[in-house]
Amino acid sequence: MNRGSLAKILSVSAVGALVLTGCGQAGQGGGSASGEGPVELTMWTHSAGNPAELEVYEQIIDDFNASQDEYEVVEESFPQGAYNDAIVAAAAADDLPCLLDMDGPIVPNWAWAGYIQPLGLPQEITDSLLPTAVGTYQDEIYSAGYWDAALAIFARESVLKANDIRIPTTDEPWTLEEFDATLATLKAAGYDTPLDLGAEDAGEWWPYAYSPMLQSAGGDLIDRDTMLSADGTLNGPEAVEYFTWFQEAFEQGYTSNAGTVGNEEFNADEVALSYTGVWNALDSLDTVGDDLLILPPPDFGTGPRIGGGSWQWGISSSCDSPEGARAYLEFSFQDKYITAFSDKQVVIPATEGAVEASQHFGPEGDLRPFVELSQEFALLRPQTPAYPVISSTFAKAGQDIMNGADVQSTLDGAVAEIDANIQSNDGYGF
Amino acid sequence: MTTSSSIPTPLLAAPEPGAAAPPRRRRIAAARRSEGRSGLAMVAPALLLLVLFLVIPVLLAFGLSFTNARLISPNPPRFVGLDNFVRAFTADPAFLRSAINTFVFAVVIVPVQAGLGLLLAVLVNQKLRGVTMFRVIFFVPVVTSIVVVSILWKFMYQKDGLVNSFIDTITFGAWQGTAWLNNPSTALGAIIVLSIWQAVGFHMLIWLSGLQTIPEELYEAARMDGATPWQQFTNVTWPGLRSTMVFVLVTITIAALGLFVQVDVMTQGGPVNSTTTLVYHAVRKGYREMETGYGATISLIFFVLVLIVALVQRFLTREKD
Repeated sequence: MNRGSLAKILSVSAVGALVLTGCGQAGQGGGSASGEGPVELTMWTHSAGNPAELEVYEQIIDDFNASQDEYEVVEESFPQGAYNDAIVAAAAADDLPCLLDMDGPIVPNWAWAGYIQPLGLPQEITDSLLPTAVGTYQDEIYSAGYWDAALAIFARESVLKANDIRIPTTDEPWTLEEFDATLATLKAAGYDTPLDLGAEDAGEWWPYAYSPMLQSAGGDLIDRDTMLSADGTLNGPEAVEYFTWFQEAFEQGYTSNAGTVGNEEFNADEVALSYTGVWNALDSLDTVGDDLLILPPPDFGTGPRIGGGSWQWGISSSCDSPEGARAYLEFSFQDKYITAFSDKQVVIPATEGAVEASQHFGPEGDLRPFVELSQEFALLRPQTPAYPVISSTFAKAGQDIMNGADVQSTLDGAVAEIDANIQSNDGYGF
Repeated sequence: MTTSSSIPTPLLAAPEPGAAAPPRRRRIAAARRSEGRSGLAMVAPALLLLVLFLVIPVLLAFGLSFTNARLISPNPPRFVGLDNFVRAFTADPAFLRSAINTFVFAVVIVPVQAGLGLLLAVLVNQKLRGVTMFRVIFFVPVVTSIVVVSILWKFMYQKDGLVNSFIDTITFGAWQGTAWLNNPSTALGAIIVLSIWQAVGFHMLIWLSGLQTIPEELYEAARMDGATPWQQFTNVTWPGLRSTMVFVLVTITIAALGLFVQVDVMTQGGPVNSTTTLVYHAVRKGYREMETGYGATISLIFFVLVLIVALVQRFLTREKD
């Protein structure tokens, strides 16, 4: 190779690199005005794998962009699995979009880290939403969402009747003794594992699904008064009692962690009861029809609880044009859009008006019980920046207990881990 | 084993004193300078990448491990001295368990995988019809993504999975298998078996290349002296494989100590910490739980441990003359 061709190759690759950098730069710009024309508002969603949800967003954005010519919202969607990493990376590079959605329990962490700014929406909007659809940190609202999800126990009416099992109501849910007796009866009736708790799932499902049961038993993930320690709540006698029940349910074969994520086992009548979410309800309704019962979870002592808090919207603190972002969000919280989300995605609408108008959740809707469960029993996961660590530690401890670890010492270890993390973060601002 | 010392001599040898005329010497010096320049130019890309992605991160990790740096935090990192190291060794049972698991894994994997690889290599080194097919079969798992392999084996290890139904069939139902990955006493063993199955083909190939460098004449001479196949193996094959053995040993050890993917996909360190490893623990703490400083500490301890193991291996396999 002579010197001339080397120089050529070098210059070509240098130009190529420049072009690539240029392309990379073009994708950035958190709400900067590019010369004339409307101010561009960048917006990231986690819904790349969810065409139904994306369709509604595109509708809102088109309507908003057409309704005024001051701002232009530009949407970019990511697959859910890579979304949080993308946000953390973008924040590290100081390159966050103006508008971003996030899972409810992470809101305090990102607020504490300075990723997002107080939402600043008019109070009548945030007041009209379900309390679990609003994300707060230190009494300040940072995020708001169009919907919430809810968990319930799915059952077949015919199966319960055939086995003389009382059908529980929100006023009179199953007590723990009743629930145990039910499981024993159903196991005797030929169900190999009568209850599907979804334990084959991993990650956020564990705290979302099982920490409400822990709260129902009288324990909690953390002392919510101080948010400084999990000692006594996550390893107190109530928590030990709950997790002993949890462990025994696996030991006695009432439930298992085999099987697939989702609700296939229930739809195929391999399990009699399934603890699962509203997102699986339409499939089950299709296969089971009128026989489907949507029941409250059992009362572990202090009344049933289910988890609350789904995906919500916030404004990044590096947004150049927060007024524009606010204008967009204000525009988007219209009942018609919230109803559209609910109908297409099968989630509980966050406003009264949208609930009434919704296809599935209205007074005569086939999934109406979820609205009552959400209103009566929904509890947010603790609103502290320590939540990611609490979540990961709780999931790990729960899995260990499921696999036969000693309950008290596992919970003590989890408490030590959470408390050490809170201390090393100087209390996370509490 | 003189290869390492014989190569550079012609380049480094000084010109014979007085023999070369001054202009020639100048020309040689100029040629050597230009050679040095092009050598530097050629090594530059690799050097740059190594510095950027290895040297700088290691130095950063060293610095970070003495701080409480976090991935997400409004507060700047603070120097905390040896707190992270004290925490690892006194207040983090999962860390100690990770260290033990990692070394158990390596202690089993290194001899078994190397031995099995050698056995397979000797078998497929014979001149038989269809031997290439066996080479391909043994090598297929290596070119399959380890994530895919792990997911498949996860299904096979289930209570009613392929492994248990196989056991059930060959023992005529006399012995029931367990849910291998859910049982703290079998989970690590299950991962070991899968890892050997996946990687043994690669080392078979390395051994095979070593076997094929041994000249056939040596075997002929041995046979003429009346050596049995076993004597041929111990006196001709094994000494001839020495440098291959060192390479296989070092690569298996390093790969074994870095165990991560199988654990991440199949067990997430559970059940009850029975499969957590140092690398997995570092990722869990440093990235998933966002304690960058503590994650760096674990990585640094891991680095030192691997360095010690590598040095011990180097010492044990050194040239004895």
